[in-house]
Amino acid sequence: METAPKPGSDVPPKKDKLQTKRKKPRRYWEEETVPTTDGASPGPPCNKKNRGPQRPKNAHILKKSRISKKPQVPKKPREWKNPESQRSLSGAQDPFPGPAPVPVEVVQKFCRIDKSRKLPRSKAKTRSRLEVAEAEEEETSIKAARSELLLAEEPGFLEGEDGEDTAKICQADIVEAVDIASAAKHFDLNLRQFGPYRLNYSRTGRHLAFGGRRGHVAALDWVTKKLMCEINVMEAVRDIRFLHSEALLAVAQNRWLHIYDNQGIELHCIRRCDRVTRLEFLPFHFLLATASETGFLTYLDVSVGKIVAALNARAGRLDVMSQNPYNAVIHLGHSNGTVSLWSPAMKEPLAKILCHRGGVRAVAVDSTGTYMATSGLDHQLKIFDLRGTYQPLSTRTLPHGAGHLAFSQRGLLVAGMGDVVNIWAGQGKASPPSLEQPYLTHRLSGPVHGLQFCPFEDVLGVGHSGGITSMLVPGAGEPNFDGLESNPYRSRKQRQEWEVKALLEKVPAELICLDPRALAEVDVISLEQGKKERIERLGYDPEAKAPFQPKPKQKGRSSTASLVKRKRKVMDEEHRDKVRQSLQQQQQQQKEAKAKSTGARPSALDRFVR
Amino acid sequence: MKVKMLSRNPDNYVRDTKLDLQRVPRNYDPTLHPFEVPREYVRALNATKLERVFAKPFLASLDGHRDGVNCLAKHPKNLATVLSGACDGEVRIWNLTQRNCIRTIQAHEGFVRGICTRFCGTSFFTVGDDKTVKQWKMDGPGYGEEEEPLHTILGKTVYTGIDHHWKEAVFATCGQQVDIWDEQRTNPICSMTWGFDSISSVKFNPVETFLLGSCASDRNIVLYDMRQATPLKKVILDMRTNTICWNPMEAFIFTAANEDYNLYTFDMRALDTPVMVHMDHVSAVLDVDYSPTGKEFVSASFDKSIRIFPVDKSRSREVYHTKRMQHVICVKWTSDSKYIMCGSDEMNIRLWKANASEKLGVLTSREKAAKDYNQKLKEKFQHYPHIKRIARHRHLPKSIYSQIQEQRIMKEARRRKEVNRIKHSKPGSVPIVSEKKKHVVAVVK
Repeated sequence: METAPKPGSDVPPKKDKLQTKRKKPRRYWEEETVPTTDGASPGPPCNKKNRGPQRPKNAHILKKSRISKKPQVPKKPREWKNPESQRSLSGAQDPFPGPAPVPVEVVQKFCRIDKSRKLPRSKAKTRSRLEVAEAEEEETSIKAARSELLLAEEPGFLEGEDGEDTAKICQADIVEAVDIASAAKHFDLNLRQFGPYRLNYSRTGRHLAFGGRRGHVAALDWVTKKLMCEINVMEAVRDIRFLHSEALLAVAQNRWLHIYDNQGIELHCIRRCDRVTRLEFLPFHFLLATASETGFLTYLDVSVGKIVAALNARAGRLDVMSQNPYNAVIHLGHSNGTVSLWSPAMKEPLAKILCHRGGVRAVAVDSTGTYMATSGLDHQLKIFDLRGTYQPLSTRTLPHGAGHLAFSQRGLLVAGMGDVVNIWAGQGKASPPSLEQPYLTHRLSGPVHGLQFCPFEDVLGVGHSGGITSMLVPGAGEPNFDGLESNPYRSRKQRQEWEVKALLEKVPAELICLDPRALAEVDVISLEQGKKERIERLGYDPEAKAPFQPKPKQKGRSSTASLVKRKRKVMDEEHRDKVRQSLQQQQQQQKEAKAKSTGARPSALDRFVR
Repeated sequence: MKVKMLSRNPDNYVRDTKLDLQRVPRNYDPTLHPFEVPREYVRALNATKLERVFAKPFLASLDGHRDGVNCLAKHPKNLATVLSGACDGEVRIWNLTQRNCIRTIQAHEGFVRGICTRFCGTSFFTVGDDKTVKQWKMDGPGYGEEEEPLHTILGKTVYTGIDHHWKEAVFATCGQQVDIWDEQRTNPICSMTWGFDSISSVKFNPVETFLLGSCASDRNIVLYDMRQATPLKKVILDMRTNTICWNPMEAFIFTAANEDYNLYTFDMRALDTPVMVHMDHVSAVLDVDYSPTGKEFVSASFDKSIRIFPVDKSRSREVYHTKRMQHVICVKWTSDSKYIMCGSDEMNIRLWKANASEKLGVLTSREKAAKDYNQKLKEKFQHYPHIKRIARHRHLPKSIYSQIQEQRIMKEARRRKEVNRIKHSKPGSVPIVSEKKKHVVAVVK
């Protein structure tokens, strides 16, 4: 597959020649480097990873340092001239000369600098430093892209035969088709007594906690099915959430918020969070966000046990909440159809989006923080763009409307509607799910009450009135986890060490804002303010250009008159420049004004505008 | 129907035996590592705090002198050997690894004014108040031999400083005039003078080895070329310069320690404006020495502290003081650029780390990697107000602290007056003189 000749090359005549001239056995790559052909590309075979049908063909090939889209044509003649140069000592030729190619899209994924933005005007020293930093950054992104080759696992997928609708494939078929280990991930827990259930997976995807409305709380290692604890709290359970590790469990009970450990021992009862309906845990900030019936959004710092902020949403009872995993902003859905975005640093919402006519029933945000899915009482399911525009990208009316929504790590969207769950898939990880055709559907034994995709597994957990169902959804989970971030196979020691590290780098709550990279940007406003204050304090601008002082020339040539003349010349030139610039600016402004005036219809009242 | 489920073999992710290392697969996908900027910021903050926690620069105090230490010299070939001359004419040679004195010589009557080693490290020269220049062997006398100098030159006037050429058997002394001596002769090969005041220090340029610089008490710094009979040029400053030191990496650059609490870094090609004015001391600066990297220098001051300045910054990056350290008279940066030595009035030589929080000894590769990572983070986030505040915080003795406050008020008053003067006079009639130009009186060629 790797040696597949390019469509442009003339392969057949080459083969003829080969057969007629000599029948020496050849290596598979030498076919392309025969000097008689002129159209064949001597470039190295494309990326080895380019195998699976779901991976995009990488047409662009990366050169040594810069990502260029040019084909490597100009390199070719040199190779013909001295093929000896590429030969090693033993005489063998390097079939893959140069650095390994890297596809452009992969590099883009790791790129952190916006190349389209120009560097600011600055001193030469700063500028050169910035340039060096940019080059370094590019190098790192290429290296990171290259290291993708080492990823061990491929994502799962489900494809129908031609014409077959994947939504018609039922769980039993999938279970039958997959291996035993995967089939074991599909199970039903029949718990009709205490339902309906809410559930939550831990961040590593290894542990599952669920709580039934009638007080049943349990936590288990769902892969080995080992029960960690099972208790009845003798009170209604509204929501359940793992804290930073599987050792701690927050349960929103009828009156107060309780925290249990993995033995089921109650550690804390937090009376300042009362009548909590929904819980969200922000793992990097160690904040537990609680939305309550009283209309308060409360942030509890679980590392020190203090309430960081209690924000009054002023929108009545709160029971729709989700977090944006990209920037830790909390999204609250309200009964007037708006979704508001909250950060603990602000008393007011960061943004309010009118999403539905009628109340919002469910909100979910995908892992890249780009898309938000909402469903409302108007039976609509909408996907919003969160990159500044907050406009709906796609809308679909569902027969019953979705009561619960969730995104998977790879961008699959699940909606729970009555006792049915529908899953929609997009083109890839960074694209929104297309709502045209569901990817999978499943009917449960009771109405859905909680949904979550298991991280790093192709599994969807559904809590309903009949218990818990673990569904198989191929292609849902991220195949390759990072061992230092969240490792499903970590030992106790590793978990302890990770916990210390995570606590050391706990991000302060004040840093939560819409753009998490904003911290790395230059604060231009305060910089300019500081400059202004400095000028005021000093009484002059220390960075202003000094007035031109002509240098004395040879003996006799720098009379006072000539010096003054030279000075005057430079000053005049500067003055002319200034005038030219201001004229240009004026013209530009006039042009803009004209364009504006033609755009809007002239009104009779315009004559009074000064 | 084609279906593939994500199914991992746990054997690929869990170590086989307890003796193995844990397996840690990595995936550098940015979506798996959210909040990278805030997390790096927190890491940088922690690293900065730890740096302040581990900042313990004081290593040792070498005591033994019976009078104030007046001059210090490094051994050119041996990192562990240091020479010091005291105000009672005693010269001691120290071993830094054992932190003891290995040899004591009663070299002069009165002060030892200057001490310098020969470039080969076999002998050293001292000058003293008794108008003599003496050359001594670096090794001690054999059994039964007496402690005697190799050569003694009797001069006519008091010598106040000495420096040896970096490559040839030539040395220079200063006093009433700058004398250049051949080691084999008892008369100077050349005597140069410009003005009539006593010259306090003379230094050879380590790169352009024929160049010398000297500073005199008539407020000037004079540059000489050994190959010429007359001095090159001089610059006159506001106040007296105590010592100068050449940058070992950049041949043109030297730094002058001035009486007016400042240090001035000059480019010898353009003496009319210093490249940088280094301000932070609150009393006269007595000595200065460059790090072998040429990026930083250390200065000793009458205000009982030593400070480390980057060459291109006007403020110091570090200040060292102890309760017992009195006026610091001489300071040296060791040749491995890791330590600083200072000799002070109260008869002690103190050894400091050049980087206050540096861990001494051999680092494991993980320690080294962590150190490098933290260093880069600190550098990346150094301008953030929280981090800057922590990184800049230094404890100062009360006397220095109050003097800084006082001088700040004085400076502010002077500046305010100047601003008012500019504001209330005809525009352009009162020139704005920058801080750099303020202190240079004249340049004479």
